[in-house]
Amino acid sequence: MGNPLQRLKSKYRYSLVVFKELVKTDFQLRYQGSFLGMAWSVLKPLMLFAVMYVVFVRFLKFSDGTPTFAISLLCGTCLWSFFNEATTTGMRGIVDRGDLMRKVHFPSYIIVASNTMGSMISLGINLVVVICFGFFSHAHYTWRLLLVPLNILQLYLLALGIALLLSTLYVYFRDVAHIWEVLMQAMFYATPIIYPISMVGQRAPEFAWAAKYMMMVPSTQAIMDVRHNLLSPEDIPTVWTFVGSPVLSILPYILTVVILFAGITVFRKHSARFAEVL
Amino acid sequence: MTDMQQNVMSDGDVVLRVDHVSKSFRLPTEQATGLKMAFLNWTKGIKGYTEQHVLNDISFEVHRGDFFGIVGRNGSGKSTLLKIISQIYQPEHGSVEVNGKLVPFIELGVGFNPELTGRENVYLNGALLGFSHAQVDAMYDDIVEFAELGDFMDQKLKNYSSGMQVRLAFSVAIKAQGDILVLDEVLAVGDEAFQKKCDQFFKSVKEDPSKTVILVTHSMASMKRYCNKAVLIKEGYVAESGDPKKVADQYSLENAQHNTIFQTQSKQEHKHPTGLNSRVPVLKVLNHGNTIVDGSQDYDFDIEYQFNEQVPAYLGVILQDARRGGQVYDIDSQTNGKGTPIQPGHHTVHFSIPLNLMNNGEYRLFATLRVDDKDDADRIEYVAFTNDDNCAYFAIRNEHNGENGILNDTAMQFSVITA
Repeated sequence: MGNPLQRLKSKYRYSLVVFKELVKTDFQLRYQGSFLGMAWSVLKPLMLFAVMYVVFVRFLKFSDGTPTFAISLLCGTCLWSFFNEATTTGMRGIVDRGDLMRKVHFPSYIIVASNTMGSMISLGINLVVVICFGFFSHAHYTWRLLLVPLNILQLYLLALGIALLLSTLYVYFRDVAHIWEVLMQAMFYATPIIYPISMVGQRAPEFAWAAKYMMMVPSTQAIMDVRHNLLSPEDIPTVWTFVGSPVLSILPYILTVVILFAGITVFRKHSARFAEVL
Repeated sequence: MTDMQQNVMSDGDVVLRVDHVSKSFRLPTEQATGLKMAFLNWTKGIKGYTEQHVLNDISFEVHRGDFFGIVGRNGSGKSTLLKIISQIYQPEHGSVEVNGKLVPFIELGVGFNPELTGRENVYLNGALLGFSHAQVDAMYDDIVEFAELGDFMDQKLKNYSSGMQVRLAFSVAIKAQGDILVLDEVLAVGDEAFQKKCDQFFKSVKEDPSKTVILVTHSMASMKRYCNKAVLIKEGYVAESGDPKKVADQYSLENAQHNTIFQTQSKQEHKHPTGLNSRVPVLKVLNHGNTIVDGSQDYDFDIEYQFNEQVPAYLGVILQDARRGGQVYDIDSQTNGKGTPIQPGHHTVHFSIPLNLMNNGEYRLFATLRVDDKDDADRIEYVAFTNDDNCAYFAIRNEHNGENGILNDTAMQFSVITA
């Protein structure tokens, strides 16, 4: 039997073993059969960046005039890809791994966590690329780099919280996938990635008030924080420099925690029945 | 309940206790995995599902060193029970208590991925079953050797033949170092040589007092061969538990009832079941639950009928061989072909028949209700008969008897005249 502490330890040991093995397998399989393999982790965001750079910066002249806009666009693309991929694969995880759920007993949150962690590994590789490019693109590295891991952790926890909520919903209602796809598209345009946030006020003065609310969306806030701290504290605004009010500025951080806890609570409440519903 | 008490008396501590477990599923009456249906059902106040009770009040205990069999027909609930034991499903009522490391194999090769190599799959499969990398390392050589796949472990699984895949999965299953091994329907895998190997393995496990195996199977032969204890699950209830021989006998009787050679199964679309009608709404052979006998005593049974017409009526009774087919004895032989006369009304007639001449087998008692033919008083007209649900089934099990042939050697023997 063992005492409760030992039982707890052995319980998490199992979770960790499964988690590691699932992350490893997912990563091994990700570029399975492709000629360039892992190189795609680097190439894909770069190519996406190239397309956006040509369309939005060169043709449509979206820029705030700062020298870091290009590298900020690259960084934003990587962060958004992570957020998009983590929530989407996290959402589908439980249903896609339904065969496992029906045949072995293991904590189902592992699936969501391992799927989002897979995206996290890609993000890590991408950020190395971003930092390298930063040296040639006027990035200004300061002590604030030390804050970046915290910002990324926040973005990860936000994505995890949303993935837990969505994956629970997705088990019961497959419609969620379609709704989320559209929502992500909308949110992509509502996030200042392909355009600088300052453009909202310049091009459409009547919507200048909206810019502040846009900055207070947790995903936007986290992405802006990473870019601010990583690339150029002078040129890239954050919720703190943009909104002005400290009370309002702290709101997205609180929202992140709320979403994460809501995700965990809802998921835990329903996860025992997943195997039966699937 | 006496069986349960006997179980407790056997030595060894309890490694698995299933205590009054019940489970029901909500079967959706309409496909309600969409928001639209969920919303419409909600607005109309439709529940959108029917409740089905799969398991009802199941209790048993498995002790260390047991080779425990769970048998039942398809749809009897045994797979659901297995999933509850493996903690994939939550029991609705009651509880399941497991002491030790339980390794479930609901299906072989859980999580096997065709794009990974054999080696990687073993580690992945092992992890899902709760083994760390180091633990799989320790049993890896054993697994490969048992599967006889040493040369193929670095090949991708998609390049394996299906037999090789099953062999690998099965080897992981039985070489896994758990305390309690749960196996579902996996005995019939691989070629003959591999099956022999598995047979040896199971026999060695049976002898090993530290290993516990829970085996879910259809096969009576493997249950009798390996198990020292068993339960029979029937329609979600424990129909029999304890001695595997007794369970096997009960199971073959159940099977005889369902796979009976006389296919007169009840159709529900009519008001009366097949064989009955408004003239004879009740005709039923009752054996009072006395289903397995040794044949040494006369077999008692009743026939209940309802027939209200004021004309001479008769009961026909036939003893049939449910497994092999054929009539063993027909009451017509003693009643000039008409059957035994009965009174009008709702009555129960008591019968008995000797069985001491009969061999082991599964038998059924079939009844008909007849009246005199209107045109020809020498002939009879059939009014009703008992369908599969209204017949009575029983089995004879006596160690002095054989299985081949309907009559035993007390009834008749061949005499050799010239050798």
